[in-house]
Amino acid sequence: MTDQPMVRFDNVSKRYGPLTVLDGLNLDIMRGEKVSVIGPSGSGKTTVLRMLMTLEKINDGVIWVEGEPLTHMERNGKLVPADLAHVRRVRGKIGMVFQSFNLFPHMTAMQNCIEAPVTVLGMKRAEAEARAAELLGMVGLSQKKDHYPSQLSGGQQQRVAIARALAMRPKIMLFDEVTSALDPELVGEVLQVIRQIGREHDLTMLMVTHQMGFAREFSDRVCFFYQGKICEQGPPAELFGAPKNERTRQFLNAVLEAG
Amino acid sequence: MGIPTLVAMLVAALAVIGVLSFREEYSLFVPGLLQGAVLTLQIAVLGSLLAVVMGVLAALARLYGPAPLRWLATVYVEIFRGTSALVQLFWLFFVLPQFGVTLDAFPVAVLALGLNVGAYGSEVVRGAIQSVPRGQWEASTALNMSRPQMLRRIILPQAFIAMIPPWGNLFIELLKSTALVSLITLSDLAFRAQQMNQTTLKTVPIFTLVLLMYLVMSLAITIVMRLLERRASLGLARGRAA
Ligand SMILES: Nc1ncnc2c1ncn2[C@@H]1O[C@H](COP(=O)(O)OP(=O)(O)O)[C@@H](O)[C@H]1O
Ligand SMILES: [Mg+2]
Repeated sequence: MTDQPMVRFDNVSKRYGPLTVLDGLNLDIMRGEKVSVIGPSGSGKTTVLRMLMTLEKINDGVIWVEGEPLTHMERNGKLVPADLAHVRRVRGKIGMVFQSFNLFPHMTAMQNCIEAPVTVLGMKRAEAEARAAELLGMVGLSQKKDHYPSQLSGGQQQRVAIARALAMRPKIMLFDEVTSALDPELVGEVLQVIRQIGREHDLTMLMVTHQMGFAREFSDRVCFFYQGKICEQGPPAELFGAPKNERTRQFLNAVLEAG
Repeated sequence: MGIPTLVAMLVAALAVIGVLSFREEYSLFVPGLLQGAVLTLQIAVLGSLLAVVMGVLAALARLYGPAPLRWLATVYVEIFRGTSALVQLFWLFFVLPQFGVTLDAFPVAVLALGLNVGAYGSEVVRGAIQSVPRGQWEASTALNMSRPQMLRRIILPQAFIAMIPPWGNLFIELLKSTALVSLITLSDLAFRAQQMNQTTLKTVPIFTLVLLMYLVMSLAITIVMRLLERRASLGLARGRAA
């Protein structure tokens, strides 16, 4: 089943009290596909990633990963809400990088990268260190492996966070505005790393971004979110070049003016 | 105050005790008071250890335990915070035997003071755990850690640093409340001082020595906690300085 989607949002809704944040979301992402999510603030972009990472519970629908339910599990042919063991088994395929880095401040860059492989995957320490060293090298931070997060610049911290997520060998990587907290001159080094892992790894990537240039050049598909729904989606050349929807046009114009 | 200042105070207090104990009107009381001080110290140290164990367990139970454990921990905290250490000592020593449980005075002292301070400590632990930013939980979840793994490896080590100063205060409170144990027949430092005072009326030398001995013990606690704090925050502080 090679054409089975890597991720499937099947009529997923998310509400906070009376506020409907996502309204019947349907979205398939294929293996290895790079999908960018754009849209105005508050349109539910972060919520999509957080639901997939199981940081938020969903109110309706089912999320599937590689043909297997993530939010639910099969019991006697019926889907029932997943228990923690099931969630942990499926969630292991997903990694996430946050806007605010969220490195562990009491651990060095190296320790950040080997913590989960050792405690969660039960990897041997030496093996985990070798792999982490390789990844830290890939993100250009071999020299900084014994530094604590507070000794690193924002761009360096974010690159450690990317290496840390990759150390778990995820099949799907989620990026939530990973350059938004960075000084402008540090954005490039992080985007460069993302470009590189996009090329070198057979990763499925879903990223929320305000970097329109990057989304255009990097992604296979762009989804424009508006008020909790996908308002328009398509290949970047089409969506940026000839947006069909009025709201998309307005949004892109506003972003262009601001940037 | 820095650690060197505290150490200087500690050395000075010890030196004064040393010098005084060469004078006749003081030396008379030193051996007896020292015996009392040793008992006080034993109760304080063992009580503090018990308090830490109870504080951590109660906090974890209240935050993450299943309903019955949560309930049990809340009852423990409310009872031991809401009634005085004196009443708890009396209960364990004089009332429990009526129900067929008889304990020696020393274990009762450790138990009562440890449980009492542990109840306050559970609030300290709880606050410190809750002060760890939510992003730390989320990053650990994204790395697929289990709840116990997150707590043990990510959350508690960070919360630990925030807990050290308030625990230092609680340990000193505990040290001071050891004076209550004379009411259940134990001859601690305060009790011996009172007894000597009643028989000899040498108030000045006796209570000068007692003051210095308590001061030595509380300074020792403060210094140990400061060193612990410095050690625990090494990685974080190193970064801040850079
Ligand atoms: N924990 C929460 N409680 C209540 N409302 C929330 C919460 N998290 C997000 N929201 C609301 O959900 C909507 C979508 O948020 P989000 O997914 O963060 O948007 P985006 O990432 O597109 O800016 C916003 O209106 C936001 O205020
Ligand atoms: Mg967002």
